[in-house]
Amino acid sequence: MLPDLPLHLPPLHLAVPLMAAPVGVLWRRPVLAWGWAAVVSAVTLLMAVTTLVTVLGHGPVSYAVGNWPAPWGIELKLDILSALMLVLINGIGLLTVLYGRASVQSEIQASHQYLYYICYLLALAGLSGMVITGDAFNLFVCLEISSLSSYALIAMGKGRKALTAAYNYLVLGTIGATFYIIGVGMLYMVTGTLNMADIALHMQAAPVNRTEVVAIAFLLVGIGLKLALFPLHKWLPNAYAHAPTAVTTFLASTATKVSLYILIRVFFTVLNGAPLLASHLWAEMLVPFAIAGMFSASLVAIFQTNIKKMLAYSSVAQIGYMALGLGFGTVNGLAAGIIHMINHAMIKGALFMAVGCAVLRIGTSASGAVRVESWQGLGRRMPLTMFAFVLAGLSLIGVPLTTGFVSKWYLMMAAFEKGWWLVAVLIVLSSLLAVVYIWRVVEAAYLRPALPGSDTSRCEAPLSMLLPLYLLVAANIWFGIDTRFTVDLAQAAASALFQPVTGLNGGAQ
Amino acid sequence: MITMVTLIDLVLFTLLGITAIAMLRIRDLFAVVMLSGIYSLVSAVIFTDLDAVDVAFTEASVGAGISTILMLGTLALTSTKEKTPRRQSWGALLIVLVTGAALMYGTVDMPAFGDAASPINSPVTDRYITASGEETGVPNIVTSVLASYRGYDTMGETTVIFTAAIAVLILLGSARTTDAPVTPRPATTRSLELRPILRAGAKLLIGPILLFAFYVQFHGDFGPGGGFQAGVIFAAGVILYALIFDMDRARALFRPAVTRPLIALGVLIYAGTGIATLFFGGNFLGYSAFNPHHPAHGQELGIFLVELGVGITVSNVMMTLFFTFCGRRRP
Repeated sequence: MLPDLPLHLPPLHLAVPLMAAPVGVLWRRPVLAWGWAAVVSAVTLLMAVTTLVTVLGHGPVSYAVGNWPAPWGIELKLDILSALMLVLINGIGLLTVLYGRASVQSEIQASHQYLYYICYLLALAGLSGMVITGDAFNLFVCLEISSLSSYALIAMGKGRKALTAAYNYLVLGTIGATFYIIGVGMLYMVTGTLNMADIALHMQAAPVNRTEVVAIAFLLVGIGLKLALFPLHKWLPNAYAHAPTAVTTFLASTATKVSLYILIRVFFTVLNGAPLLASHLWAEMLVPFAIAGMFSASLVAIFQTNIKKMLAYSSVAQIGYMALGLGFGTVNGLAAGIIHMINHAMIKGALFMAVGCAVLRIGTSASGAVRVESWQGLGRRMPLTMFAFVLAGLSLIGVPLTTGFVSKWYLMMAAFEKGWWLVAVLIVLSSLLAVVYIWRVVEAAYLRPALPGSDTSRCEAPLSMLLPLYLLVAANIWFGIDTRFTVDLAQAAASALFQPVTGLNGGAQ
Repeated sequence: MITMVTLIDLVLFTLLGITAIAMLRIRDLFAVVMLSGIYSLVSAVIFTDLDAVDVAFTEASVGAGISTILMLGTLALTSTKEKTPRRQSWGALLIVLVTGAALMYGTVDMPAFGDAASPINSPVTDRYITASGEETGVPNIVTSVLASYRGYDTMGETTVIFTAAIAVLILLGSARTTDAPVTPRPATTRSLELRPILRAGAKLLIGPILLFAFYVQFHGDFGPGGGFQAGVIFAAGVILYALIFDMDRARALFRPAVTRPLIALGVLIYAGTGIATLFFGGNFLGYSAFNPHHPAHGQELGIFLVELGVGITVSNVMMTLFFTFCGRRRP
């Protein structure tokens, strides 16, 4: 009997890439491994889009794994935010695989390329698994899969520094995951359940309790580490700078975004019923860290000579904007945070892809190609790549008609709504810092002559890299003009998150 | 009144504390690895005391057994002396103290140890305790929770083990590794051949260890154990043989061409069982669908299959890790 596939889609979001990874051991030839990863990513993207359409049409989907009803078995729960994240993860995944072929060929030795694609599929499985689950412990298991594979992916970068960067990330990431599980363990102790909605229901009934307070603190710090929320961001710049460019592109656009998703999920769904958090005052605690991150990381970015590291610090600053959105503690603030999360995935994806194109053509040495000086004269050597970099850079700054502007617009609106004028001013000021660091690269590429003795011939990146890059750049402009998709979905997701959890709608099957 | 159990607990926890502090103070990494093995063993005893035999079993085989061997393998590649830190990092100490204080503060409102009215003794655990035997046909509650009620988690954990193997292959399994016979062993290893008691003892043990692994694998439904423990025990048997008798022969038998496909196969058996249940009309990993007339029989079949998958992946991952560590020459 053939199964009713649409009905069973939820577990397959995890199971398909998870099974594709071990199958990948079979194809050790790089081209086959790449083809396999591309086909699987295309299938999972299709599944993700189907799920999004279903959720938008019929409301949240709940799935009882193993036919065990909710608090006893593991529930998968897909609401608008989860479905949106699925589309984001798998869409970026497919693009980076298509884009990554040439880049991976040049940066990773041939005998290891199949392992790279296996690790990528595992990371994809872990990230997808985190956004579909309705179970706090299951989220930890998926976090382990995605983290472990990310460490390995980062370690594949050229040079020994990649190993140190991966090791630091491993230590800090493991502390983050451990803190998360300590928090979940304490919540379990207080509520006796691991199902997210069930925890929320139990918390509503119980009085404020010191174990619960400590649990919340551990959850916040643990997730903050994975999210690279200032000042817990120390692992991120080196990890992004020394990883292979395709890995940086994928992780920068998905991994921290999923961490933000976990923060939202835990604090709005799991702790929905906690009397302690009812006022959403807790969110305001994020604001100082968010603003400090926006400024300090942007300032550090200005003084970087390594372009990848510069963009990595910029990511820390952008995470600040997302956290700021949450920090408003209002529906509109949360929506603005989600909007920026989606938009930043597109912005940073495009920027890192452009860097990858340049690295492919300029560089043999791992760090030489990403130095600002090496980019001098690049505007004439790689006009298409540099044009894409400029467009994505404008979006990062937040120029009108780009997605970056949409993000900042809604953040400012949320600030005005709260009457926080100073915060609105700070958003604008910190954006000006982005102008400075993006301008440094643009100036080098267009206005400075090429370094004496260097090659000045035209050497555009291959079409296989330019097409995904321009697709993302086009998305930056498309969603900058037609905001219906991102803004409407984010607002719907945010207002759903502000609804109180009233019952277990899982387990009805 | 202090009961015997409390006294035992006190002694064990004191031992645990002493071991932990000793690990922090000692700079000789060989001793630290040995102490970490002891730490795991003491933990395992504590788990036994808490009636968590399955957890104790895992802790003993993974924590005290295989991890110790892998860490020793790492020391063989690197160094056994820890570099003395250049400066004291008071900031780190402060963070650790704050974290520790927070954890202690959190325990204040925790339900009393063994309190029957604590939230954990909720409808969730109630159903596991009273109904799992009937619902899954498996008397060992831990196995039924692990492989069926929360089988989706265990699939993830098996994938984590798989990921670990891939990560190690990425880091160590490069051109620097040789699949060829290991070049002349250093004197320390060869001297083992001159120790007749060790060799005779090992010869007696290895057979039963491998047999015991199969017992743990297939008896996990009834007693403590299951795929994780069985896989580790089996690998430990092979590793013991490799260490004491013949590294090259063990490597030839469990060569990459054999172990790598098996690592993948285990994960595929697990997830494949989940896909198969869809074709029988159940939800993902809903084993009852295998046998609509006797749901419990379907459960037994499903649990058997996924545990087999876990066992295959875990044992082969452990052997791969060990052989990859040993195949790497000292830089």
